[in-house]
Amino acid sequence: MRAILLATMMALGAASALAVEPGERLADPALEARARALGAELRCLVCQNQSIDDSNADLAHDLRVLIRERLSAGDSDAQVLQFLVRRYGDFILLRPPVKPGTYLLWFGPFAVLALGALAAALYLRRSRRAPQQAPAPLSPDERRRLQKLLAEDQG
Amino acid sequence: MRRLIYLLPIAAFMALAGYFVVSLSRDPSVLPSAMINQPTPAFALAGLEGQPGLARDEFQGQVVLINFFASWCVPCRSEHPLLMRLAAELKAPVYGIDYKDKPEDAARFLSELGNPYGRIGADRDGRVGIDFGVYGVPETYVIDKSGRIRLRHVGPLTPADVTRELAPLVKELQKS
Repeated sequence: MRAILLATMMALGAASALAVEPGERLADPALEARARALGAELRCLVCQNQSIDDSNADLAHDLRVLIRERLSAGDSDAQVLQFLVRRYGDFILLRPPVKPGTYLLWFGPFAVLALGALAAALYLRRSRRAPQQAPAPLSPDERRRLQKLLAEDQG
Repeated sequence: MRRLIYLLPIAAFMALAGYFVVSLSRDPSVLPSAMINQPTPAFALAGLEGQPGLARDEFQGQVVLINFFASWCVPCRSEHPLLMRLAAELKAPVYGIDYKDKPEDAARFLSELGNPYGRIGADRDGRVGIDFGVYGVPETYVIDKSGRIRLRHVGPLTPADVTRELAPLVKELQKS
């Protein structure tokens, strides 16, 4: 009984996460699957951290319909994306494209990691090459002070 | 000289912090436009209730202002008096595109607040808006004589936007 309840709740939860309305769906399951894949990649420009498949915004609805129209008209996935990027810019893509302007974004973290590794390697090599010298013996003055401190401690 | 290398992390931190401070005052809802300096998308829209519509090919060779508005849009109301003033003072036509609106609602909106637009096209399904890259009304565009989009303003115009940016640009574009 509890398992059934849990399953129902999970199914309801999954359904509400998707904003794609039944009326928007295409009859052809293959085309609809492509539309879903595209919709998950596209940013809703009104509520910027949601994909258009997750968003209930009016514009997201219009874009979902537009994608399905273009797919039905025979556009490839790349053509649909290009159509939208021409109008809204790269910002509409949830995954930023790899191009000279975004090299810093994509490769910056790895460059910082490599720099850190280089610094660590240099430091380790230097400390290994210069073995630790025995510390200089205490001067008579220091010895006397040490004795005094130790005596204080014990006393 | 070698000691300076220890200042490097501090310098890097300062640079990052400076960037964050600058970014704090940026409005993240204003998106970069992909349409700047691009040709105006072709469109031909019917007018509101028997009035003439608006098509791109009708205003070629002129500097024009295009304002996307809707009767259901609250910021459009606050922007409206400024558009009325622009229509009277700016020496360039001000055209309107009524975005995803019922024509009768738009007519009521304009009869109540006044009509600043030389012409209005009704974009009922919002497709022309998508072609312009509109993601919310109001948006205002300045188009130059060669038909390229030169300015895009997202959100309601303020008097400061007009005196600082829009009016000087229109003047300059008209000279060329």
